[in-house]
Amino acid sequence: MRYTEDHEWARLEGGVVTIGISAYAVEQLGDVVYVELPEIGKKVTAHGEMALVESAKAASDVFAPIAGEIVEVNAALAADPELVNKSPEADGWFVKLKPADPAALDALMDKAAYDAFVQGLG
Amino acid sequence: MNTETTTSGSRGLLQAEPLLFDAGSPARTGVDLPKPKGESRLGGLERKAPLNLPGLSEPETLRHYVRLSQKNYAIDLGLFPLGSCTMKHNPRLNERMARLEGFADLHPLQPTSTTQGALEVIRQVGHWLLTLTGMHTAALTPKAGAHGEFCGMLAIRAALAARGELDQRKRVLTPTSAHGTNPATAAAAGFHVEEVAGTSRGRVDLSDFRSKLGADVAGVMITNPNTCGLFEPDIKAIADLIHEAGGYFYCDGANFNAILGKTRPGDLGVDAMHINLHKTFSTPHGGGGPGAGPVVFSEALAPFAPAPFLAIDRDGALALQEETEAGTVGRLCAFHGQMGMFVRALAYMLSHGSDGLRQVAEDAVLNANYLLARLREHYHAPFGDGPCMHEALLDDSTLKARGIETIDVAKMLLDEGYHPMTTYFPLVVHGAMLIEPTETESRAEVDRFADTLIAIAERAKGNDTAAFKAAPQLTPVRRLDETRAARNPRLRWREAQRPE
Repeated sequence: MRYTEDHEWARLEGGVVTIGISAYAVEQLGDVVYVELPEIGKKVTAHGEMALVESAKAASDVFAPIAGEIVEVNAALAADPELVNKSPEADGWFVKLKPADPAALDALMDKAAYDAFVQGLG
Repeated sequence: MNTETTTSGSRGLLQAEPLLFDAGSPARTGVDLPKPKGESRLGGLERKAPLNLPGLSEPETLRHYVRLSQKNYAIDLGLFPLGSCTMKHNPRLNERMARLEGFADLHPLQPTSTTQGALEVIRQVGHWLLTLTGMHTAALTPKAGAHGEFCGMLAIRAALAARGELDQRKRVLTPTSAHGTNPATAAAAGFHVEEVAGTSRGRVDLSDFRSKLGADVAGVMITNPNTCGLFEPDIKAIADLIHEAGGYFYCDGANFNAILGKTRPGDLGVDAMHINLHKTFSTPHGGGGPGAGPVVFSEALAPFAPAPFLAIDRDGALALQEETEAGTVGRLCAFHGQMGMFVRALAYMLSHGSDGLRQVAEDAVLNANYLLARLREHYHAPFGDGPCMHEALLDDSTLKARGIETIDVAKMLLDEGYHPMTTYFPLVVHGAMLIEPTETESRAEVDRFADTLIAIAERAKGNDTAAFKAAPQLTPVRRLDETRAARNPRLRWREAQRPE
């Protein structure tokens, strides 16, 4: 599992990267009430806007950790946005992406580095 | 605290009020209209099925609305500390002027020979706004802050198009502390929005701003003083840099109250700025409404301002020039803007005079700093090491150890009889509480509010978290489930919901 400074996570499995937002991000957002997901087939750039998450407190953009093409979105989030709260780093995933360059993931933080980064945010 | 429930659901003389649909029934009616006589001229188009609207008598209907009106919290009832909203007193002199027959009974299609006084009011409001802002041209028609922003961004678009650079300049920069309307307006005007980082001192990060400039930047939108209640000290450098990069500077004038008569945005290099008459110039917010958001332009953007324009005709009379040239913004609304608000704003300007308006800004800043000084020992002030402008920013970081958050403080304030401050905004501060007392509150009133907030902070230190989570107790309804309301909004009343 890899993490970004914008609090997305990304996990490579069988050539496809699953992406969501971290447990820390969800804790900051509070109850998620709406998730807007991209269309399948959309090409995204690294750090480009990919999705939108809205909580009772705020709306935030979700950025693509790496470049690629969206191959699947988590349709369950439309009816059940609280999945993001219940299971941010598993069932509450946002999209699956076919990466332009899977090696780009290596530049992101691993779990230990991300935890230290979050610690530093206070 | 008495939390006993009553049989009726009312609390003393604060009556519980059902929906009109729940209160009435289609089986009853409050009016008895005679059946139409003679042959129908509706050609068979008359409704066959009943409308199923609830029937209520006149007194039932009247009471419904009067009871609802009693549930309003209003600036006329008490301090309204919403940060960034400038909820100041609406002087009754303004209302008296707006009710003068010559203003109240105007029609926008009257011949201008009969409306010279009204046109003179429009001219004078524009003159005062230009004098106070140091700008070149005023457009009075935008009807609220966001409408004014839209007007300003359309003018920037039109100016870029006239330069032949619209296709090339697509990015608009906004700081992370921006009002949500700023990026929304830029996007609505067809630009891509890019955020500029803030510093740990709550200001625009100048080096991040500089790094994002380029030949594809259309402009920057900045609120000054910003939504942290702080003046942007690099504002002139930001203006110079955006101009060097070929872009324009939109300033959100929502917080103009803090610098009125002290700083002229025109001198800072602003190209367009809206002014909320319903904030700075004391016209009512909603209810007594409507808002008004005139825009002032620099010389560079003036040619693109929207119609109508005031002109002097051959006889020396004021006239309205309704036509615009191709490539300009065109019109923002059908007629001439919120005439009733222009009258109120001018009454405010004339009754204060230039020295009085300067004192408005001074007293607004003084009140906010007095409040900040009293509260900074009891709540965490994220940028509290220095003075603020017109609003004090606190957060809930010192309360969180006990599981108490900003929303709980806000709900406690409801039980104390106050409308809460702005909460969870600006987004750059977690658990933000943004408090703008405005200059129209007396020291006694500001003290009373500070005492209440201090008492709440003291209570938070005790083992009383459950009481915070249970607040509000004394309001017509208890704490609402905002999450469920957002996830499963019930936007329509349905027959099945009618109680038996």
